[in-house]
Amino acid sequence: MVAISKIATGNGHGEDSPYFDGWKAYETNPFHPIDSPDGVIQMGLAENQLCFNFIKKWVMEHPEASLCSAEGVNKFKETALFQDYHGMPEFREAVAKFMGKVRGGRVKFDPDRIVMSGGATGAHEMVAFCLADPGEAFLVPTPYYPGFDRDLRWRTGVELVPVVCESSNNFKITRAALEAAYEKAKEANLRVKGLLITNPSNPLGTILDRDTLKGIVKFINEKNIHLIGDEIYAATVFMEPEFVSISEIIEEVECNRDLIHIVYSLSKDMGFPGFRVGIVYSYNDAVVSCARKMSSFGLVSSQTQHLIATMLSDDDFVDSFIVESKEQLFKRHKYFTLSLSQVGIGSLKSNAGLFIWMDLRKLLKEKTFDAEMDLWRVIINEVKLNVSPGSSFHCDEPGWFRVCFANMDDNTMEVALLRITTFMHKHNEAMVPRKLCRRASLKLSLSRRRDDFMSQNMMSPHSPIPQSPLVRART
Amino acid sequence: MGLLSRKVTCNSHGQDSSYFLGWQEYEKNPYHEVNNPQGIIQMGLAENQLSFDLPESWLAKNADAAGFKRDGQSIFKELALFQDYHGLPAFKKALVDFMAEIRGNKVTFDPSHIVLTAGATSANETLMFCLAEQGDAFLLPTPYYPGFDRDLKWRTGVEIVPIQCTSSNRFQITAPALDEAYQQAQRKNLRVKGVLVTNPSNPLGTTMRRDELDLLINFITDKEIHLISDEIYSGTVFSSPGFVSIMEVLKDRSLEQTPVWERVHIVYSLSKDLGLPGFRVGAIYSNDPIVVAAATKMSSFGLVSSQTQYLLSAMLSDKKFTKEYMAKNHKRLQKQQSRLVSGLEKAGIGCLESNAGLFCWVDMRHLLSSNTFEAEMELWKRIVYDVKLNISPGSSCHCSEPGWFRVCFANISEDTLKLAMQRLKSFVDSVAINNQNHQELKNSRKKFRTKWVFRLSFQSFHDREQDER
Repeated sequence: MVAISKIATGNGHGEDSPYFDGWKAYETNPFHPIDSPDGVIQMGLAENQLCFNFIKKWVMEHPEASLCSAEGVNKFKETALFQDYHGMPEFREAVAKFMGKVRGGRVKFDPDRIVMSGGATGAHEMVAFCLADPGEAFLVPTPYYPGFDRDLRWRTGVELVPVVCESSNNFKITRAALEAAYEKAKEANLRVKGLLITNPSNPLGTILDRDTLKGIVKFINEKNIHLIGDEIYAATVFMEPEFVSISEIIEEVECNRDLIHIVYSLSKDMGFPGFRVGIVYSYNDAVVSCARKMSSFGLVSSQTQHLIATMLSDDDFVDSFIVESKEQLFKRHKYFTLSLSQVGIGSLKSNAGLFIWMDLRKLLKEKTFDAEMDLWRVIINEVKLNVSPGSSFHCDEPGWFRVCFANMDDNTMEVALLRITTFMHKHNEAMVPRKLCRRASLKLSLSRRRDDFMSQNMMSPHSPIPQSPLVRART
Repeated sequence: MGLLSRKVTCNSHGQDSSYFLGWQEYEKNPYHEVNNPQGIIQMGLAENQLSFDLPESWLAKNADAAGFKRDGQSIFKELALFQDYHGLPAFKKALVDFMAEIRGNKVTFDPSHIVLTAGATSANETLMFCLAEQGDAFLLPTPYYPGFDRDLKWRTGVEIVPIQCTSSNRFQITAPALDEAYQQAQRKNLRVKGVLVTNPSNPLGTTMRRDELDLLINFITDKEIHLISDEIYSGTVFSSPGFVSIMEVLKDRSLEQTPVWERVHIVYSLSKDLGLPGFRVGAIYSNDPIVVAAATKMSSFGLVSSQTQYLLSAMLSDKKFTKEYMAKNHKRLQKQQSRLVSGLEKAGIGCLESNAGLFCWVDMRHLLSSNTFEAEMELWKRIVYDVKLNISPGSSCHCSEPGWFRVCFANISEDTLKLAMQRLKSFVDSVAINNQNHQELKNSRKKFRTKWVFRLSFQSFHDREQDER
């Protein structure tokens, strides 16, 4: 007799994907500036570590937010008891306000539509449970975040059908691609219940332009299917053009609002993945009501709700943070992409996210995914960088890699760039007999203050795998 | 909308149950000593509010644990980034040590076998996803916690088949009841994957005896199925007999190297023992590494906030604190339970003898107009609307006999409990008087219909629409 479930023994958890293999390589030999300078540098983790000093300062100055001032301790009991799945009103209000500010105040969010979840991971699964039955499908534009395969499908029994986007037009989501995916689903006898878009995009780091968004809204209305907008990277838009949210578009075009749902989280915009703050925002009352009941399976700790409510109600802090975060991301992105271009590495032009979509097609031995895997192994084992191969994002074209830039300090970034330069020089020498080696060093010609990049004692990037200082520190 | 999933439109979330309706009534008119002394007293919420002063004073002396500091240094960044589904090692260690302490250190737990989840709600659902397919069934002894209907069935598609327990033997699980439940599942074409028990029991407030635990182990061994022991109330055992964990029995019977060892799983949480439901700290403990591995991955959907893991790892590692807390908490629970029991006695109401939990299983069968669940509902409505006490009717716990109610005592002060008992006594006295009048009328004249007499006495009673929240 089968003792445990197929879900438990199968591989729907998606961890056999190469996305996670790189992490394992990092785990066995992680970079540390002093202890392990030849270790693998983690560039496969989309974390935002650039603003911690800024946030930490606020936390130190506001002990009441952490329940550790006298005033805070008084609140301990009521906080510890608060398990209402509606969530603390001040928490919902603060999050709604934050979401509005991130969108430049162009749209307002209703705190009563905010539903909590166990991170965006929990939010996506919850939305799938609400909108689809087992065997039904969502359309997802490629390339997409590998975690979706687990979050949307594993325990729900829902299928994903890719909307294939191509490099020839910068991976734009076209009407033709949407229609093709819809037809493909039909042919496979899958009832399409919705379309999931990530905007800003992971892994592309780009935002959807107004016309594309309008086209998408039109498409889903015509087909009478749901639109789920994962806007988890909304505050990471560090450069023009300005971010346009689905919440704005539906004010501009005719749309059945019962079809519109937004997934959000503080994991990327604020850099708080550990606090598990996921949000489902739906314009559909029945979905809000059902999701709220389901949120029992992944409520946000009331201790954390209190912290976030206090933090995000501080308008001065929030306004400064949003500006500071964009600045730091902009600087880091510019430095990184410029340095790469100096050694002949291009990437998709991007203005958001915590990563770039690096173009290494010309380094492939042949235009195949096997060649991509070969190149990837070289990057991990020889260049000693963990990057994420495009195939793990279901990219239809080999040679693209997602490379994260916001999860490390400046020193580590320099080391990573040096390794890339060295590798490219070797490669270029191998390709072309005479090589102009003028760009041997990576010293930027841009003027910058050294202070901007030196941050004190920042450790090599964090991984969910046990190399965290928190893991090493205690038994 | 035909556009949403069946999960949205069905009512397997269980929220239409009377268990939740009583809460809604309370929310509309909550008792407050000063502001609303005529309001409804909440006795339907199994919360432990008797011992908050202890963690509060601990927190005042250990502010760093809440302030993201370790040894005076800020670790805010590390905590904010920590999303490893293996959990904070220091917290898991502190948690398993605490669990062992609760069991008198007669059993120890391995931190690598524990999976952290967002509350026991998430733990129970996750175990279902790991152990059963859609359409499989778990057997549960009645009466059981109403939330199981949602937690075990809603999104998983798993079924619950009740193991009927009765007052004739204090609601203990018997071999015939187990067999009958198993056969009933088979008649319904459901494949039984396991048994789930809550020990100490919600709503009974009793701990399972060794012979009951032996019976369960024999049953699951024979049928080759799983056993989930929800031990969320294990730290609330305030009098003898003490708590015997399923792990202890397995150990005593030297079953560690046998197949059944890997089919026993424990669910735990800090919501009841420590009174911290808001912090969403749940756990699955399993001896099966495959279950641990699968559940760990699934916990991604409901991890415990790193901020909370850190605070509680510091609190639970403080053995001085945990020892003091357990001792004082037990004493206070025991005292408050006695107050409830004697208050009920004065009103001529008995309850199941209990030694654990945050509630009593109260016998109001003698107050029913008839031995039916309709009569139980009638009585319940009167108690909620007229006596102004929110208590939970046995039917919401799937009890097979009408007339039993779960009454919580640990979420209210001594004074509020006193007032609640006074209200109850008045109510019972008035019922007695009316019964007497009714009997006299009946004897002296042509008979009146029972309903008519009751309606006269309770003019304030009327049906109210339940709001959708």
